[in-house]
Amino acid sequence: MTTLTRRYRFSASHQLRAASYSEQRNREVFGKCSNAFGHGHNYYLEVSVQGDPDPRTGMVLPREALDRWVTGAVLDRIDHTHLNTEVPDFRKLVPTSENLVLVVESWLVDAWGEHFGDQPARLAGVRLEETPRNSFRLPPPGSRDTQ
Amino acid sequence: MLITRKAEFSASHVCADPRLSTEENERLYGRESRPLGHGHNYVLEVTVCGDVDPVHGMVLDLKALKEIIRKQVLDVYDHRFLNHEVPPFDRIVPTAENVARDIWRRLKDPIGRLGPVLHSIRLHESDDLFVEYSETPAR
Repeated sequence: MTTLTRRYRFSASHQLRAASYSEQRNREVFGKCSNAFGHGHNYYLEVSVQGDPDPRTGMVLPREALDRWVTGAVLDRIDHTHLNTEVPDFRKLVPTSENLVLVVESWLVDAWGEHFGDQPARLAGVRLEETPRNSFRLPPPGSRDTQ
Repeated sequence: MLITRKAEFSASHVCADPRLSTEENERLYGRESRPLGHGHNYVLEVTVCGDVDPVHGMVLDLKALKEIIRKQVLDVYDHRFLNHEVPPFDRIVPTAENVARDIWRRLKDPIGRLGPVLHSIRLHESDDLFVEYSETPAR
């Protein structure tokens, strides 16, 4: 079994605050991430797919097909956006990286059939780096009891 | 316990299937299919699995592992044109997937003779692409 991982970059801004918290409570929980105008990151996204390489092509999946899938499902939606105001998924959900990696995974899963519906490979994990010190990894969908 | 040793090699390759047309290869492999080839600085991570020896406190002799990687992989792959100089890539396309599997085959038995089990291979072709290969069941 071979797992292929491809790494992508995008930039986005966000502001972390829970609508139901007071100003002071948001400050306590989210610290400087709750500053009023938001702030940005250069995120790195790693997408892993798993399967046996096609005996003819020697690839789990062609790189350009992966790029079209990730670009269409994820990067075009969030690169150079303000997550809270421009991405509908975060109207009510705080755009922490914990939530962002789950949202990104759901987009990838939704678009899988259109790109790879006839392929035996499967999505094997998503990892998001918010900064060099903070990264968030989701094991394959289906291997987790709850999200 | 899992223990990982890292090594680097540089090699060139062409990813193209001779049975396909230039256009089909371009569609499948993109710029990797250009006929004169191109190179990568590959980074190889070899992970072995074993118990910590109660006396010497190590899973295995890391110098011996380094030597196996040098002899089985680096001496074969480093500064070579894979399609022309490293079988089986005269017959199969040297994608990262196929290179990782070939490295697995070269390392499995020599590492097994040291004691621990080869757990997995991670091969970085570039900063934004790597593959992991294993024939060892997850534990």
